[in-house]
Amino acid sequence: MDYFAQQLINGLVLGSIYGLIAIGYTMVYGIVGMINFAHGDIFMIGGFIALITFLILISFGLTAIPLILLVMLLVSMAITALYGWTVERIAYRPLRHSFRLAPMLSAIGMSFVLTNYSQVAQGARVKPVPPIITGGHTLHEGADGFVVQLSNIQIIVVVTTVVLLAIFTWLVSSTRLGRDMRACEQDQTMASLLGVDVDRTISMTFVIGAALAAVAGMMYLLYYGLVDFFMGFVAGIKAFTAAVLGGIGSLPGAMLGGLLIGLIETLWSAYFSVEYKDVAAFSILIVVLIFLPTGLLGRPEVEKV
Amino acid sequence: MSANPAAQTSRAPSAAFILKKSLISALVALVLFSLMIGVRTEAGPDGQLTYWTRFGDLAAIVAAVFGGSILIELFRQWWGPVDTARIVPAPVQGALSLAGRLIAPVLLAFTFLVPVLFYDERYILDLGILVLTYVMLGWGLNVVVGLAGLLDLGYVAFYAVGAYSYALLATNFGLSFWICLPLAGILAAFWGVLLGFPVLRLRGDYLAIVTLAFGEIIRLVLINWQSLTGGPNGVTGIPRPTLFGIPLTPGDDGLAAMLGIEFSPTHRIVFLFYLILALALLTNWVTIRLRRLPIGRAWEALREDEVACRALGINTTTTKLTAFATGAMFGGFAGAFFATRQGFISPESFTFHESALVLAIVVLGGMGSQLGVALAALAMIGGFELFRGLDQYRMLVFGMAMVLLMIWRPRGLIGHRAPTVFLERKEAISSDLVKEGHG
Repeated sequence: MDYFAQQLINGLVLGSIYGLIAIGYTMVYGIVGMINFAHGDIFMIGGFIALITFLILISFGLTAIPLILLVMLLVSMAITALYGWTVERIAYRPLRHSFRLAPMLSAIGMSFVLTNYSQVAQGARVKPVPPIITGGHTLHEGADGFVVQLSNIQIIVVVTTVVLLAIFTWLVSSTRLGRDMRACEQDQTMASLLGVDVDRTISMTFVIGAALAAVAGMMYLLYYGLVDFFMGFVAGIKAFTAAVLGGIGSLPGAMLGGLLIGLIETLWSAYFSVEYKDVAAFSILIVVLIFLPTGLLGRPEVEKV
Repeated sequence: MSANPAAQTSRAPSAAFILKKSLISALVALVLFSLMIGVRTEAGPDGQLTYWTRFGDLAAIVAAVFGGSILIELFRQWWGPVDTARIVPAPVQGALSLAGRLIAPVLLAFTFLVPVLFYDERYILDLGILVLTYVMLGWGLNVVVGLAGLLDLGYVAFYAVGAYSYALLATNFGLSFWICLPLAGILAAFWGVLLGFPVLRLRGDYLAIVTLAFGEIIRLVLINWQSLTGGPNGVTGIPRPTLFGIPLTPGDDGLAAMLGIEFSPTHRIVFLFYLILALALLTNWVTIRLRRLPIGRAWEALREDEVACRALGINTTTTKLTAFATGAMFGGFAGAFFATRQGFISPESFTFHESALVLAIVVLGGMGSQLGVALAALAMIGGFELFRGLDQYRMLVFGMAMVLLMIWRPRGLIGHRAPTVFLERKEAISSDLVKEGHG
């Protein structure tokens, strides 16, 4: 039971990271109707920028951990958001009214560009960092000596995710930008007729998605203590799986899907085999699409001729 | 254009506009690259991360972006609006259409002559085999993507199934290449059906992700099922192909000894070249024939409009399934060939990158055009070879080329996707039938 509780905690933390990435997928899919294949790599870039900022701050002699974390978060979100904006501007906007496969392929190309760009710029080797946040709390000590631990970093990951999710829900439900986004999701032509700047709204969608991916990248760096140039690919597919599982286009769905994928992956590794944890996650994707094509919280799609 | 005075005057203030735009681009580039290029991190000998700055590189890249965006803007001004129709003179048009008709036979004849012309140049022969392998893969995937319009991002899975089928059957049971080749195709097609049956009801984008996930599952199983596949070490000692039982070896029972000519290792390369050429042409021939059968027509109809197909009573699931299985079968053939050519296979050869490369070939080739796919394979693999010296930057250039080509020609190099059959006669339709809501 204790072992299960520990895995539950680990799974929820991992799921929070997936959920943050999945929001970017689900928003872009909801508005533009394309799978932003490069989103996983945006997450990876966010991790790298957080790492570099951390190294620079440390070498300047800064020791206040909360200040370091805040600066890391802001710098990483800002620069990664600009990456998201640039990718949309270069690779997707010229293809907005092109045929269905074109933006998808352009996105795959962009994903290759970002992966190899960071490999060329920062080298192929894994970048480890010493644990930045240490310590934790013992929740329960079992009779057999197994200890259920909740580390401080896990608390930070979950709290950051919840806070960001609250801000984000507020943004979508009660600001002008959020209303524009929902309008574009329903009907772009009608929205532009009613004075919504569609191009700007779509750009902002990419910017917000990239900023959330940057947070996920930084949390990944803090939680696992390493980044490498290839981590975006698998994390990207899993986050997309999470978005589909929750119902693509639905924001709470993305978060729910992320948590479920994190739990499934952690529990599978704990009780079955670590080698096949990715196979389990991808199989879930296939099974969900077969039995629940609209996901858990998605709306069924009406087919129009 | 030059007769229009408005166009002339509008150019004068544009210098400031170009400068402003380029400055913005340079500023964006400065922020983007500031940390990623300006700072380089590396783990030191004691495992501690260190960093050093590279402001020179950063300045060079920002300057390049600034200069590049000025050039692009100037080029745009010179080229004029995109929508302007560019009239090609009639003689040029005639010459182009003649070249278009001649290029396929000339290319085919040249391909047949390659082993004769370049007999002594092993490098060119190897490159030729590689290009033909991708031509075959492209034609195989073309059935799925180009004809039936199903986006398959996991085609490499079927390539892997074919390769491992041959490798395992040949090394464990000693079966010959010519028995394994059809078996590899059948097994790959079987996997295609197995995957396709449940997922083909899905919409295009979902299908893409499911096939991608399937490709990754196959690769992960190949890595982890060590007792069967040898894991990351792969399968070694895969037998070389024989000419229907006659081995191409220097021994007494070899082909050279039977024909009474001196043995040369080049014989095997030439044999492999013609083998893959035959397999590729088989793929092409089957595709061309299938397009004339009802099933081929159904594929094309499905690509154009799925709802209309269903309304006409076409069973979309089985139609998609046949396309999927046919494409998978050719992938399996190509995989078996790959295994026998290399003599060694490992999961590393079957990454998502291969799927993306084959898909890029099909899309650049114009989705459905057989000649276009062949030309795109030649351009892509040839381009890869050109950049072989810049090993680090190869994938970067490949990704950029994919993005730029999509922006420049979203419909591919040869934008041909006319259905094989269509109504010759133009039907007059009363205007009250075409108003909105009635089709």
